[in-house]
Amino acid sequence: MIEQLPVLLVVVPIVGGAVPLVASLVSNRSGWPIAALTLAVHTALAGWLAWAVGTGGTIDYAVGGFAIPYGIELVVDGLSAAVVALVSAVALGLLAYARRAGPRSNAFYSQYLLLVTGLSGMAVTGDVFNLYVFLEITGLAAYGLVASGREASSAVAALKYLIIGTVGASLYLLGVGYLLAVTGTLNMGDLAGKIAAIGYGSPLVLTAFALMVGGLTVKVALFPLHTWQPDAYANAPDTVSAFISALVSTVAAYALARVLFSVFTVDFLTAVPVARWTLVGLACVSIVAGSALAVSQSSVQRMLAYSSVSQFGLVVAGFAIATPTAVVGATVHLLGHAVMKGGLFAATGVIERETGASTVNGYAGMGGRVPVGAMGFSVLALAMVGVPPAIGFVGKWYIVLGAVRAQIWPVVVVLLASTLLTLAYFAKLVERLYFAEPTIYEGEDDAGAAPVADGGDSPVSTGMLAVVVGAAVLAVALVAAVPALEQTLLETLPPLLDQ
Amino acid sequence: MILDLLQTHYNYYAVVVLLGIGLYMLVESGNLVKKVIGMNIFQTGIFLFFITLAFRAGGNPPVIEDGGGPYVSPLPHVLILTAIVVGVSLTAVALALIIRIYSEYGTLDEETLKQLYYD
Repeated sequence: MIEQLPVLLVVVPIVGGAVPLVASLVSNRSGWPIAALTLAVHTALAGWLAWAVGTGGTIDYAVGGFAIPYGIELVVDGLSAAVVALVSAVALGLLAYARRAGPRSNAFYSQYLLLVTGLSGMAVTGDVFNLYVFLEITGLAAYGLVASGREASSAVAALKYLIIGTVGASLYLLGVGYLLAVTGTLNMGDLAGKIAAIGYGSPLVLTAFALMVGGLTVKVALFPLHTWQPDAYANAPDTVSAFISALVSTVAAYALARVLFSVFTVDFLTAVPVARWTLVGLACVSIVAGSALAVSQSSVQRMLAYSSVSQFGLVVAGFAIATPTAVVGATVHLLGHAVMKGGLFAATGVIERETGASTVNGYAGMGGRVPVGAMGFSVLALAMVGVPPAIGFVGKWYIVLGAVRAQIWPVVVVLLASTLLTLAYFAKLVERLYFAEPTIYEGEDDAGAAPVADGGDSPVSTGMLAVVVGAAVLAVALVAAVPALEQTLLETLPPLLDQ
Repeated sequence: MILDLLQTHYNYYAVVVLLGIGLYMLVESGNLVKKVIGMNIFQTGIFLFFITLAFRAGGNPPVIEDGGGPYVSPLPHVLILTAIVVGVSLTAVALALIIRIYSEYGTLDEETLKQLYYD
């Protein structure tokens, strides 16, 4: 049974995702329980898989029984197990938010489960073309979800996301074509050996690297390829913003790490320093530019979106440095960022529904009116800045430690400065929440942002508050899981890392 | 020399031309439908690239009973069948979004839309 787990993680949500569409023939209210059941099973399987990988090491599965490397292989090591567990947990947790916050239709839950399918598939696959297919499944589901907002601006944002995202995925596919041309294989493990045999200096290999990594950085939304992201996050419904900000770029960054370590390997990065330094440079520019853009935003959701551009710069910098310490740091920050950013978007949804405030100035004095939401927001914001007991601190600490040990001083400076820059925009918000005179008073709302309530329900449910509080608690509690994660990563990844 | 390359590698030139035209339309055209057409042309360039990879001079169709090797590689064809399906789905979603945008704003022009959107 254990060796079947990776494929079940893809099969369960895709089958579960078809059910709400069929069930809508009977009732359009059946989506939520079906999604909850499917994701509960998915989470149990993912937890079991993570435990199995943590205790027994890497798990392989040959899809359809075709011999490796001719068939598709699914490979789950410490890194993929952690990502797939994150995907399950976040998707299940956010259902509690979606029940009240909507959108309420069976089609929404079908897309939701389809997105989980794509993300889980990207996390477990060991085949570069299979990764492309799951990348596009993820993309298609995400475009549909972004467009499920009530306002037509969500369709404009989704179309922009679709066009830019498709170019990114197509570039990745073109890179896969180059690799297929030189090696004749698509299996990641097989590719690593054959690329080494051909030689890292081969122009075809270099082109493939540039295209694949370039395509994935579009999906990760590194500066200057991030332009789709703020519109998509800010115009999507609150549930969707929280979901895709937590997972979509995260899993794309995981795919980038997978391509770096399992396909091209660290030897390639060492042999072709220009590839590594370009990536590190791009990451550093992203950190600085993302923060600078975040500081200048007036909408809180757009500010959080630009903050993601900056935080993913940190993660990619950690992966590109590629020492064990830096990679553990990047992984911790990748997972931590997902929980924190998802929680922050959930909190903005709570605050906007309760008070109508959606801008930095509108947040003034809201600490008293939305105590739980504002408290959750503040804890998550401080965790993101990297205040010590929180996960944000641990991730950054490891990445900086990795950079110091590798003696890459300019990167150390940018990493440390990034903390100050993050503080610059989050401190402003926390200060507004608690220490400023309100600009919006009870009974009046920001233009057009009236709380949406169906049939007299309160716009904010206990489930929604529980998600915000849960994310805030996790942002601190996850630190306890770091030693186990570090051990698993160091057991399953070492041959892939720079020693 | 150049003539030789032109005669033997014309497929690759077609790939480059398709990718270029597609990307240019996608970036430069103000009309949303034309952008989607550009996206399709761009993807077609990639499809042609894969199919060209599979070609082998004098190769037989990859059916074992048929005459024997050398065979053309069947793998890129299968990959591209999948990629075409992905491309069709993307086009369908894009056109659905465009229909919604048109019914809401009454325009397909990107510039006009930007003005409406940010007002």
